This record gives sequence, structure tokens and C-alpha cells, in this order.
Amino acid sequence: MFLQQLINGLTLGSVYALIALGYTMVYGILELINFAHGEIYMLGAYLGIILLGFFTAIGLTSYSLYLSLGITLLLTVIFCSSYGFTIEKIAYKPLRNAPRLSPLISAIGVSIFLQNYVMLTQGATDKVFPSLFGGAGFTVMSTRITYLQASIILVSAFMMIMLNAFILKTKTGKAMRAVAQDKVMASLLGINIDTIITITFIIGSGLAAVAGMMVAMYYGLVNYFIGYSAGIKAFTAAVLGGIGSVPGAMLGGILLGLVESLGAGYISSEYKDAYAFIILIIILLVKPEGLLGRSLEEKI
Amino acid sequence: MLRLERIHTFYGPIEAIRGVDLEIGKGEIVSLIGSNGAGKSTSLMTISGVLKPSSGKIFLNDTDITGLPPHRIVELGISQVPEGRRIFPKLTVFENLEMGHYLERGDLQSSFDMVFTLFPILGERKNQKGGTLSGGEQQMLAIARALMSNPDILLLDEPSLGLAPIMVSKIFRTVHDINRRGVTVLLVEQNAKAALKLSHRGYVLENGAVTLQGNSEDLLHNEKVRHAYLGE
Repeated sequence: MFLQQLINGLTLGSVYALIALGYTMVYGILELINFAHGEIYMLGAYLGIILLGFFTAIGLTSYSLYLSLGITLLLTVIFCSSYGFTIEKIAYKPLRNAPRLSPLISAIGVSIFLQNYVMLTQGATDKVFPSLFGGAGFTVMSTRITYLQASIILVSAFMMIMLNAFILKTKTGKAMRAVAQDKVMASLLGINIDTIITITFIIGSGLAAVAGMMVAMYYGLVNYFIGYSAGIKAFTAAVLGGIGSVPGAMLGGILLGLVESLGAGYISSEYKDAYAFIILIIILLVKPEGLLGRSLEEKI
Repeated sequence: MLRLERIHTFYGPIEAIRGVDLEIGKGEIVSLIGSNGAGKSTSLMTISGVLKPSSGKIFLNDTDITGLPPHRIVELGISQVPEGRRIFPKLTVFENLEMGHYLERGDLQSSFDMVFTLFPILGERKNQKGGTLSGGEQQMLAIARALMSNPDILLLDEPSLGLAPIMVSKIFRTVHDINRRGVTVLLVEQNAKAALKLSHRGYVLENGAVTLQGNSEDLLHNEKVRHAYLGE
């Protein structure tokens, strides 16, 4: 049972981690909690359903399931990244020099807009994600791991490793870190801040899109409201790890997933959603800078 | 080479500079002296494009560069070492320098060779995080990072601030070295004596306007400068 919950928690946790990365990266650069980020994840889930439905209709899924999944994933990432790009341009960029509360309110506005936009176009009822893997899987040490769980964990791990390498090794990644540390100085070295912000939104949205599609396959149900709770939980994960810290978001996501699963398994599954918020409250009381975050210096 | 004409810039609600005219010739070291709040840093930030002037024009080799964003100014060959060094504390010394070469002006290897020749200590510490360096080393890193873009003009804001006297003279010697390599320097300093000794010409800024200008030699002997800025 413990191992089983561990696997379930790891699956859920890697998804939280992927979403949390978008929160933490945007916060690191703009000091903005992008409340619209959860909706990108929701859009990813819907796009996954729509595209897979389309590929089933034209017979591509019966020709090759993995090919159609791959194309779906790619298109979902492209679509959601374009959404992220557009949101930043329309809702945040014009407020770059406004008081800090303004972009926050704008973010909530975008979030409400996207939820209602999806509700109007896709309907308010749950949509069923086609079950493509069935329950197929394998058993290790009397622990059942479905292929879907294994794929979610592997795909998430792969994306996190790639992201880490990108941030640590590439020129653009280093520039992102430089901008997060000191925007004015970065611009004095010739770094175009707007370009870096755009790239950050595109990457964050792409990760959320992958998370959305995978979770929709995992749970099999999607509605226009799933971005809200996933967003809040991923935000909790980002705060738990230390908002602004990329490894922190990864760690926070995994930990949150594990706590939820183990809590549901050993205490009560009724309170599954409450565990995340209990953790949020505890971390804000005890270690507000998060596990891997730095305590914020007072800015004068 | 660089010319400011009647520049007015607001810093928040305050008009920090009011009609500044400056001219810097190729190969010169020009110092800008003045007390706290005279508008020295605002002048540099206006040249660099971080602050937008409310009126006036800035020319680089007779091209109007007023209002260009900071990254375009760097591209055109003007780099700034701002007050307080502002190195990236969580990037290594090497990565800080790489960021200085972000726009890939000039050859990377020869840029590294140049800064490690000027500041051998940075070569020894290249894998250390920027935040672990001492104040003097951070100042060297800040200057080296600006040089990584092979600028034609280097703007230096208070490079001696908070440094031990021995480090100050080392930094000033290096500025002299950099200038001999063909880089034009605009130096902002409160340490007026050292700055004027190093530079060819100087401007005195008071309340956001130029009140005196001339050869450094003349300024060093000017009664008003001696009284107000040299403490004599």
C-alpha cells in the first residue's frame, strides 16, 4: 500500500511540479503571481481532448496511437504557448510600470475570462477524455504501475531535466537568471528584458500544457474549472519549494503530490484537497521563504 | 563622439537634471563631479537609456540615440558600470562575464583574455559565485563585465565607492589602462581629486546643471572646486 501511494503521489506530484514551474519562473522574473497560469493547464487538457478526438475521427489513433499522442502533445504545447505569449502581451506588458497590484488583478481577470470562454465554447459539463491505454500496466513488488503513470512520471522528469539544462547551460537560460536577479543591470549589458519575459511565458505555458494533457488522460475527466484547483495547488507547491526557485518548484510539486496521496491513503481521502492548504498555511507560518527559497531582503 | 544637448530628465517626480550639455571626445577620460543628488547617476542612466529624458537630445557620432532602449545603447558601443556594482550574486564570475558578452560584440576569447589580463584575480575566481567576492573584487568584476562587450565608451559610476584606498588606486590605474587601450571613459566620482587627476577634462554638476567645465588641470586649481569638492 505504501509503495502504491508513493507511485500515485509521484504521478500527481510531477504534474504539480510542471505547473508550479510556470508560477515560479514568472514570479522570479516579474514578481507577479500569474493567476491565469492554471487556465493554461486547463486549456491544455481541452486541446488534448479536441485534438485526440479529431485524430480518432480521421483514423490516426487506430493507425498509430503513439504518433497521434506525440502530435497532440506538440500541438497542445504550441497552442498553449501562444496563449501564454498573447496573455503576457495583452494583460501584463501594458502594466509593466503600474503598481504591483494592477497586474495581479489583470491576471485574475484573464483567469475568469478564460474559464468562461471555455465554458461557453465547450459547455459547462464534464468532458470525458478518451481512455487510450485502458488500465494496462505492470506490477513491481506487488505495486501496480499503469503505463500512463509511468509515462507521466517519465515525461515530467524528462521535461524538468531539459528545463534545468536550459536554465543552467544556455545563454538564454543564463540571461533569464540574470534578469531575475537584477533587471536594470541585465538591460545595461544588452539583454532585451521583454524578449526574456516573453520566453519565460512561452516555456511556462508549454510546461502547463503538457501537465494539462497528461492529467486529463490520467483522470479521464475535464471541465472548465479544473485550472482553478490545479493552479492553487501548483501555486502551493511553488511556495512550498520557495517561490522564484526552479528546483524549489520541482521539489515542492513532488512533495505536495506525495503528501496528498499518502494523506488520502492513510488518513482520509475526503480531505485530499485540504492537505495542500494545510501545508500552505504551515509553510507560510514557519518558513515563508520556502524550502529552497532565500529569505527576501528588504528592498529600500 | 558622445554629445548631450540640453538634457532634462525626471527621476520620479523630481527633475534630477535640468538642461545638461556634455561633450566627450574620442579617447578622452572625462569626469563628472558633484555632490550627492547633483544628477550624476541620472545623467549616466539617461545616456544608457534606462531613464528617458523629457527633453533634449543625445548624439553618438552625430547619430541621434535619444530614447533608445538600454540594450540598443549597449549594441551601439556604450556600456555602463552602475553605482553599487550590481553584479549577479548567484551567477558565477565566469557567467557574469558571459552576460557582459551577451550581444557578442567582438571576439569572445580575446574579450576574456583582455579582462583576465587586466584583473588576474577574476581568472582565479571564475567558478565562484559573484556574491562571494569582496567589494574590491566585485568592482573589478563589474568593470570587467562591462568591458566584455568591447565598448567604445565606458560609463563608470562611482567606482571607488566603499573601497579601501589601496583598492581605489588600483581601480583608477586600471581605468587609465583601459583608456590607453582606446576606450573613451566618462567617470562619475565623488572622489573629485582622484578623478580629476586621472581625467583629461571635467564637468562640475550642481543641482542638475553644469556649473563649471574645463581641463582637469584648471579645475584642480579652481578656487571654487578646491573649496567645494577638494576640501581645501
